[in-house]
Amino acid sequence: MAGPTASWLTFTQANIIMVIGAGLVLWLLYYGAKPRAVVPGRLQAAAELSHDFIYRMAIDQIGPEGKAYFPFVFTLFFFVLMGNLLGLIPFSFTYTSHIAVTAALALMVIVIVTIVALREHGLKFFTYFFPDGAPVFLAPLIVPIEVISYLSRPVSLSIRLFANMVAGHVMFAVFASFVVMLGGASILGAVGAAFPLAINVVLMGFELLVAALQAYVFAILTCIYLHDAVHLH
Amino acid sequence: MDVAAATKLGAGIAVIALAGVGIGIGNIFSALVTSIARNPAARDQVFGLGILGFALTEAVALFALLIAFLILFT
Repeated sequence: MAGPTASWLTFTQANIIMVIGAGLVLWLLYYGAKPRAVVPGRLQAAAELSHDFIYRMAIDQIGPEGKAYFPFVFTLFFFVLMGNLLGLIPFSFTYTSHIAVTAALALMVIVIVTIVALREHGLKFFTYFFPDGAPVFLAPLIVPIEVISYLSRPVSLSIRLFANMVAGHVMFAVFASFVVMLGGASILGAVGAAFPLAINVVLMGFELLVAALQAYVFAILTCIYLHDAVHLH
Repeated sequence: MDVAAATKLGAGIAVIALAGVGIGIGNIFSALVTSIARNPAARDQVFGLGILGFALTEAVALFALLIAFLILFT
């Protein structure tokens, strides 16, 4: 029998999808990088394109120092992307639709960014909260605003991803319930039920876009925060 | 006014924020179209920025939506 703490630690559906997602990325990278062909096949091209895409993003946003943070951004991007995409498979589960998961990711980002900033700049990091050239008498106004905006970063980062996923899936549920309601009404209703069904099909395409976009936004905002941490402004 | 009616009204009022989001997203894409029309060579750089701005603005809409859901269903 499990103790009081261990009984919480059940391996849930979300965890299974997380493992599958991580496994898929590892599979893509391992078997994509294996052939080492000069002219890449499909799998190798996919692996190389995904690597180059995130690499260029990290270098463009963070600067030459971005090379050191590239693995972190790459991991984050693919973890979020896999969560969003696997969640679109019917009867699957979207772990990024849980605030616990996204908040943990966002807190990890913000803690790492702060550690990077403190390591790079030491106590000079705290000048980040007071921009150069601002009049000193405005400090009581500017410093709290900057501190609040810094602290609200994990909140907005986590809620953006979470709310996007929840809103998308709620839209699916609403239109699916229209299908059920119309289908149960009469013969005419059953014909009319084709419309919300068609909307759901279109929505699926839209949600595929949103899934990739939100993973991209999560990764690029991480890059922007890292840029601030490395360069201070 | 009874609580159920007030809840529905509150959820409706919460999504008034979508008006601002609509204006914002319209602005972003109008600026994106204008800049690409003026300088098609800059498309690759500007497009990413536009999408980033779109996602950041859309997040505000989702915050409002989230509040509406919280009011309705909790």
